[in-house]
Amino acid sequence: MKSTIQDLEKTASQIRRDIVRMVHACQSGHPGGSLGCTDFFTALYFEVMNHDPKFNMDGIGEDLFFLSNGHISPVFYSTLAHAGYFDKAELATFRKLNTRLQGHPTTHEHLPGIRIASGSLGQGLSVAIGAALAKKLNGDKSLVFTLHGDGELQEGQIWEAAMFAPHNKVDNLISTVDFNRQQIDGPTEKVLSLGDLHAKWVAFGWDVLEMKGNDMADVVKTLELAKSRTGQGKPIMILMHTEMGYGVDFMVGTHKWHGAAPNDEQLKSALSQLEETLGDY
Amino acid sequence: MKKYTYTDKKDTRSGFGAGLLEAGKKNDQVVALCADLIGSLKMNDFIKEFPERFVQVGIAEANMIGIAAGMTIGGKIPFTGTFANFSTGRVYDQIRQSVAYSNKNVKICASHAGLTLGEDGATHQILEDIGLMKMLPGMTVINPCDYNQTKAATMAIAEYEGPVYLRFGRPVVPIFTDADQKFEIGKAWMVNEGADVSIFATGHLVWEAILAGEKLAEEGIDAEIINIHTIKPLDAEAVLKSVAKTGCVVTAEEHNRLGGLGDSIAQLLAVNNPTPQEYVAVNDSFGESGTPEQLMTKYGLDADHIVAAVKKVIERKNKNA
Repeated sequence: MKSTIQDLEKTASQIRRDIVRMVHACQSGHPGGSLGCTDFFTALYFEVMNHDPKFNMDGIGEDLFFLSNGHISPVFYSTLAHAGYFDKAELATFRKLNTRLQGHPTTHEHLPGIRIASGSLGQGLSVAIGAALAKKLNGDKSLVFTLHGDGELQEGQIWEAAMFAPHNKVDNLISTVDFNRQQIDGPTEKVLSLGDLHAKWVAFGWDVLEMKGNDMADVVKTLELAKSRTGQGKPIMILMHTEMGYGVDFMVGTHKWHGAAPNDEQLKSALSQLEETLGDY
Repeated sequence: MKKYTYTDKKDTRSGFGAGLLEAGKKNDQVVALCADLIGSLKMNDFIKEFPERFVQVGIAEANMIGIAAGMTIGGKIPFTGTFANFSTGRVYDQIRQSVAYSNKNVKICASHAGLTLGEDGATHQILEDIGLMKMLPGMTVINPCDYNQTKAATMAIAEYEGPVYLRFGRPVVPIFTDADQKFEIGKAWMVNEGADVSIFATGHLVWEAILAGEKLAEEGIDAEIINIHTIKPLDAEAVLKSVAKTGCVVTAEEHNRLGGLGDSIAQLLAVNNPTPQEYVAVNDSFGESGTPEQLMTKYGLDADHIVAAVKKVIERKNKNA
């Protein structure tokens, strides 16, 4: 391992602080999903992926990551900044006029680390498959990773891509679903049930794993396991069980912090629960 | 001064197929994707030559656009192929976010555009696609007029960096441009110089404009005919120069009169040189089943309708004088 689990947890704590501060500063954004996926982003960028912060769009010879549920941009931006893609001071500009850190990630402002715009849901899996196909054509053995919301799976395009990847043996692709069972209007079970997700992906022909998304050791172990199973003819899907809002007690386990910002008092309470480990931006 | 010679008849989609093969030979980064319409898009020759550079996506156009956007990451130049309706309206948000806003080098190639798709009827006859595509920031919109020009345009867009919408059609139509022409994106083609009226035509309507010009000449009306193969970016210089000379305009296109070439010209003229203009276009309606010729007549998209529009606009010009 490049880092210890404790190191990764420290990084995750700082990223969670950044998330609540960023969302508080502009009084908008999506803290819940961001907090829930922080351990995944930390493991990916500080342990699992081979990537170069001296960003170039084509990423030849590098592992690539595509965020399909673009609304959890705070966790993506903070991770990229701490990984060295841009100065973490820029996190203070999140969602403000003339920023490169748009509400949803975009290539339009040329922020290093972003390879596609996302926000309108359901498109990222197709894009990742395209990048994975390009890698195969280029004889590039590196991998493509994605993240999707569970609510996002209600979009039809996801299932077009789900059908395509196994048929075409896109086996350099590791996708993850943030399975927190919450979406804006409430629990997925109430809004539109996802049914037996594991069985669905298996039926489509994917190699399906499950992991505890807020247990750093399990996240690292499962992502490494997924890597070891690439190149065997099947795309890999990880169902990542997380709690929306993880790390901040009053945000956990409810859809209410999907797209709401904390007030001053709530920010204070949240920060008191998250250790400052790498210095605030 | 006549600058065209009628040589043969072919469908513009075959020009696309031939151009795609040439582009593929010239640049090994060119890849092609199709949503279960290989034969209709004339992609067979490319697939035979470069099987590993072809992706059959199945009937999943949204996925096709996303995959194409992704393939540009890694340096590929993807050409997507399906009918114009499924290339635009069906996948507008995918094009908007993953291609246009993300500024990906995807070539969206659309056959069976407009009424001339014929018997399949209005579900397949999109007349709104030029408008949809030209509204996207950064999107180049090209609608060539014959086989040779479609082939040349296909090769040209492979060398251009940025998203492009290339529109062509199904019917067999006259070939009247040079086989070895160099296609310049955004540069209008002067078909026939004239002094009395400017006819700006695009796609299949360019040949109809030529036929109209011949009929008008018999009546002593000297029509300037300009082929606007690139609707965006529009060749403003060519349009304004022509209008300064003729003082009136007819636009001709196989598209809804809302949002097409006519509106692009009208907007340019309203700001720079307000000029009487008549539209030859579909009057804000859907199409229907029929032969291409029957439909073009019924919906007012043939040489006779261009002649009538010219007479009307010249009368308006003379009233103003």
